[in-house]
Amino acid sequence: MSAAEAAVLPGSFLAGGHTLREWLITRDHKRIAILYGLGITFFFFLGGAAATLIRLNLITPEGALLQAATYNKAFTFHGVVMVWFFLIPSIPTTLGNFLLPLMIGARDVAFPRLNLLSWYLYIGGGVFAVAALLAGGVDTGWTFYAPFSTMFSNSHVFLVVIAVFVSGFSTILTGLNFIVTIHCLRAPGMSWFRLPLFVWAMYAVSLVMVLATPVLAMTLALIGLERGLGVGIFDPALGGDPLLFQHLFWFYSHPAVYIMILPAMGVASEIISCFARRRVFGYRFMTYSMLAIAVIGFLVWGHHMFVAGQSMYATLVFSLLSFVVAVPSAIKVFNWTATLRKGEISFESPMLYALGFVGLFMLGGLTGLMLAAPALDMPLHDTYFVIAHFHYVMVGGSVMAYLGGIHYWWPKLTGRRYPESWARFAAILMFFGFNLTFFPQYLLGYEGMPRRYHAYAPQFQVLNVLSSGGASILAVSYLLPIAYLLWSLRYGRAAGDNPWQARGLEWQTTSPPPTENFRRPPRVREVYDYAEPAP
Amino acid sequence: MSAAPALLEEQFDDPVQQREAATLGMWVFLATEILFFGVLFASYTVCRVLYPQGFAAASRRTDMLLGTLETAVLLTSSALVALALRAIKLDERRSAVLLLAGTAALGASFLIMHGFEYYSEYTEHLVPGVDFLQHGPQAHAVELFFCLYYFITGFHSLHVLIGVAIMTVLSARTAGGSFGPQRYTTCELAALYWHLVDIVWIFVYPLIYLVGRAA
Repeated sequence: MSAAEAAVLPGSFLAGGHTLREWLITRDHKRIAILYGLGITFFFFLGGAAATLIRLNLITPEGALLQAATYNKAFTFHGVVMVWFFLIPSIPTTLGNFLLPLMIGARDVAFPRLNLLSWYLYIGGGVFAVAALLAGGVDTGWTFYAPFSTMFSNSHVFLVVIAVFVSGFSTILTGLNFIVTIHCLRAPGMSWFRLPLFVWAMYAVSLVMVLATPVLAMTLALIGLERGLGVGIFDPALGGDPLLFQHLFWFYSHPAVYIMILPAMGVASEIISCFARRRVFGYRFMTYSMLAIAVIGFLVWGHHMFVAGQSMYATLVFSLLSFVVAVPSAIKVFNWTATLRKGEISFESPMLYALGFVGLFMLGGLTGLMLAAPALDMPLHDTYFVIAHFHYVMVGGSVMAYLGGIHYWWPKLTGRRYPESWARFAAILMFFGFNLTFFPQYLLGYEGMPRRYHAYAPQFQVLNVLSSGGASILAVSYLLPIAYLLWSLRYGRAAGDNPWQARGLEWQTTSPPPTENFRRPPRVREVYDYAEPAP
Repeated sequence: MSAAPALLEEQFDDPVQQREAATLGMWVFLATEILFFGVLFASYTVCRVLYPQGFAAASRRTDMLLGTLETAVLLTSSALVALALRAIKLDERRSAVLLLAGTAALGASFLIMHGFEYYSEYTEHLVPGVDFLQHGPQAHAVELFFCLYYFITGFHSLHVLIGVAIMTVLSARTAGGSFGPQRYTTCELAALYWHLVDIVWIFVYPLIYLVGRAA
């Protein structure tokens, strides 16, 4: 696209500096966002390949495709890659990196070199993950429960632990960078309650990243030491406490769920406001509820351990807190719905993704409440009900919102329009494919099919075949955007500065933005002032 | 002659904004450090609740004299770095150089004393995973204690080592005229880091060396 692009858009961040070297040493947050986008897309399809193996295997009750040991490695790899190399970095490092400085009217993030270092750490961690795959994989599940991971597993736990450890530092540094950027680099007039909700989401998620990820890094380091030296604090044979590992792991990994969903909430707020042509209903409540989710999210980790042997009193408290954390999430769903009321709604493709997000997130959240009740969790724990629940939140919620955001800001990112009818088709296909894949898993789990087995009882076959069929539709709906978005880079028509007539400072600059982001200082106005004409 | 103000990076509007960003970044970094150490302290707490007698017995095997000396040395070094920062702000370059070098030297002596501790524990077969040979009903708990002892003090010493390197470089750069009343943010951030290393040790010292001494 180089020559043509540069001719159309002189001075854009894509023009000039086309060599690989110039991209690899860039400090421009917009270019770093694109570097992340490439990495994340790669890992998404790598993790997707593992999911494909899982779903193919589960078409027949005897699990004809994979042996039990290989199946363990497939779901472990799927989990590790999707959680740490796709979902956690997905929205913050791509859309967040690109948009955060634009939305607050800054020239870059506070620490551009650190930003580039974060990308290298992410890629470095990814290299270890791929190395583990090539060396033969790992079979502990993405949760690395001790003492299996420290004493008994004969797979490449070390490599994967290093992979997650290294990429964890990428997450920490990104969070640090965002917090400082939002505090210190807002343009004059950009007060806290004029910030778009996407920026608030980045702020809340950064707090969680910074305060949770160190715990995971340290815990995994302890796993590595225990495995390497045969000494440690988790293995009961050494006098250690395996529950301690679970506490530490979930102290990170439950907030990690909010690392995945908070950015998605931010994206959905932007899109719904734009395509309903209304200010987000209850803007301040939206900000408070995101902060509440970030804080309370740190206090609910024990609901992963209801059947693991923690005390009954701990179970009661964690159950109560898990219900409490649902309140701010529910506030958000109500406010998105209320934003639509009396809005001039148009169903452009980003809006379809965002509405899909709200519906799927709601179903995932409500089934989460079922699992937060200890009496229901006892039979449902470690069944496909849990799998369906968190896939509704992470895939139906986060991935849907990520793609919605990519579509919404694609004209800004690239200066090009994609074919809208194809995009709408892909969004609708994704909604149906997703539900066909994962709704049967609720039923399977409710009927008692356990997770993480490569074979199952014959009465579960019909629902499993439905699920695998849905997965193939889902796969098509993920591949379609790759095709038409790449097509649009070359053949898409020029987007103009503000194709959606949206508010927000990012729409006041050119598409794609110049390296310095704004040629003249942006006009800061009230947030989401759709009642006023566009600037 | 004092140092020129720091170069303004292009993402900042003015030096004040740049300085505030750097300082906030450091504080956020220190928050992550607390959580890194927090895992170790939480693990220590759980294991000590599981094995109170074993931990008391193991704690008596540590070298309280060296531990106390180390504490004194580290606290003194923290005072020196605070004085060094004041000297830089007052443009007293010579004393700043000496104070920073003194901080580094005290940090290094802390590491050397720890080296002696590690060596004597090695000769007493108290190093889990390398040479651990203890008997009696509490042997497992003693092993756990020393595991945590090495994880905690090892991770802390790594921080001291990094701090010594930073202080040495800053001392040399101060001598070269890089810092002055107009330009001291880097030194201030390094001092914050050094204080954190110090504060962590204030928690480590009683947990490792003083547990069960009185019993």
